[in-house]
Amino acid sequence: MEEKRGDGRNANQLRPLACTRGILNRSHGSASWIQGETKVLAAVYGPKAGTKKNENPEKACIEVIWKPKTGQTGKPERECEMILKKTLQSICLLTVHPNTTTSIIIQVVQDDGALLPCAINAACAALVDAGIPLKHLAVAICCCLSESGRVLLDPNKLEEQSMKGFVYLVFPNSVLSALPEGSSQLGGPPVQHGIITSVTHGRMSVDDYLLCVERGRAATEKLSVFLRRSLQTQIPGDNSKAGS
Amino acid sequence: MAVTGGSDLSSEMEVDAFRRLFPLRFHERHLLESIRPDGRSLGKARDTTIALGAVTSANGSALTKIGCTTMLAAVKLEVMTPTQESPDEGCIAVDFHMPPICSPAVRPGRPSEVAPVVAKQLSDVILSSGMINLKDLSLVSGKAAWMAYLDIYCLDADGSLFDAALLSAVAAFSHLQIPVVSLSDEGRIVLVPEGNGGGKFEKEPVNKEKRKLKLCTLPFSLTCALHKNYILADPTSEEESIMETQLTVVLDSSGLLVSLNKPGGSVFAHTSVIQDCVALARQRLKEVKLILNEAISDMDVD
Repeated sequence: MEEKRGDGRNANQLRPLACTRGILNRSHGSASWIQGETKVLAAVYGPKAGTKKNENPEKACIEVIWKPKTGQTGKPERECEMILKKTLQSICLLTVHPNTTTSIIIQVVQDDGALLPCAINAACAALVDAGIPLKHLAVAICCCLSESGRVLLDPNKLEEQSMKGFVYLVFPNSVLSALPEGSSQLGGPPVQHGIITSVTHGRMSVDDYLLCVERGRAATEKLSVFLRRSLQTQIPGDNSKAGS
Repeated sequence: MAVTGGSDLSSEMEVDAFRRLFPLRFHERHLLESIRPDGRSLGKARDTTIALGAVTSANGSALTKIGCTTMLAAVKLEVMTPTQESPDEGCIAVDFHMPPICSPAVRPGRPSEVAPVVAKQLSDVILSSGMINLKDLSLVSGKAAWMAYLDIYCLDADGSLFDAALLSAVAAFSHLQIPVVSLSDEGRIVLVPEGNGGGKFEKEPVNKEKRKLKLCTLPFSLTCALHKNYILADPTSEEESIMETQLTVVLDSSGLLVSLNKPGGSVFAHTSVIQDCVALARQRLKEVKLILNEAISDMDVD
């Protein structure tokens, strides 16, 4: 019924996902995240003593260093650093380790579209690997809007450039609560319906944006399940990190 | 302790001391009354002024103030050779500067962290909003085109930096006057000196008259700070430091969404928050458009 995309996927289909944790020896936590041809490596060091200047010492400080595949860190990388930092700040429990700094280093290995969401997913997996206390996980997705108003999920570079606009969205993952059923409802509607981060490029109508949010949210269910599964599988054999 | 005894403390303490010691409680007590410390209602932006032509050496410039936030924007045009891929298009380079004068958070010698981010967002918004047709900046196809350098200086950073910067950029572009140039015998672009009555200059100008740049749809933005269920339009730097969630909506004059930026912050559960912010931005767009049009018509009278 629908026309296929350039690489044979349909509009709601994500590219094949892969996530590996603990691939770097010296870092306190690391992960690689692959979405199709896009690959990002994330490493976490910390918590280290002391915060940077101008940061609140009563909370933990998050530092993000973004390394592009080639060349020097420019304005686009600075923007990604800032978005990533603010996103991670909102999912980390910053009051557990006050007056410490946690560094997250993102190395872009291959950019084939949806780079920032991929980096957010990688950073999230690396934070779990390092055992940094988190409120909940975050899942990021890119939604692309075609000229005809179709929403395509997880676009590759070619689609990203040819479309009229795209939206990066970060949602909290669905929480599996240990609390009895109903007690988590006290704080109002479920948290996974919210948006942590939203970044848009290109002109679109407000309705199109809300459509993207809806479709993105539906797709993050799958991502969320994948993230949780890939984090669980390594736990039984993961003795090396347990003591550290 | 602040939470339980706060209401009593506030009556014992001087207002300024209370504001410094318990900034969150100070603001929350204001919010309960639907008013903000500077006397504004929650959805109201600060007073905005635009002065066009603040820099005489630039081709277009504007000084804008939103409350205390002050931005000076200037556009300079230079002739460049267009790239092979787009032979009949000009180019726009955007830079945003935060000198130490603007805020205690910026130290001399150490560049501000926010400045490159704002610069990138500005250039994204200006280019994707379609405000300027890059083809209008072309002089001789494949040979010469205008390179527009847009530099924005933040003189006073009191919150909502992006809004003020975008407004000053739009104002500077609407003030822009393109100089008259002609093609010399060697095929180079030369400036036609001003006040030169056609007869003396033998070469025909490439661009007929002193032209204004045609601006299609103008982008305007509104930043909202979100705190619990409250939406505060156009936050000051004090409010921004207390309420960690910010949402910036950029709409163009035809009502389309150019950018919706929410970097991190707390998670809000209802999408109605987005719609509320967009509605506030729509309202603000009308106000700002009026102020800009007034500034332009004042300029034409002079």
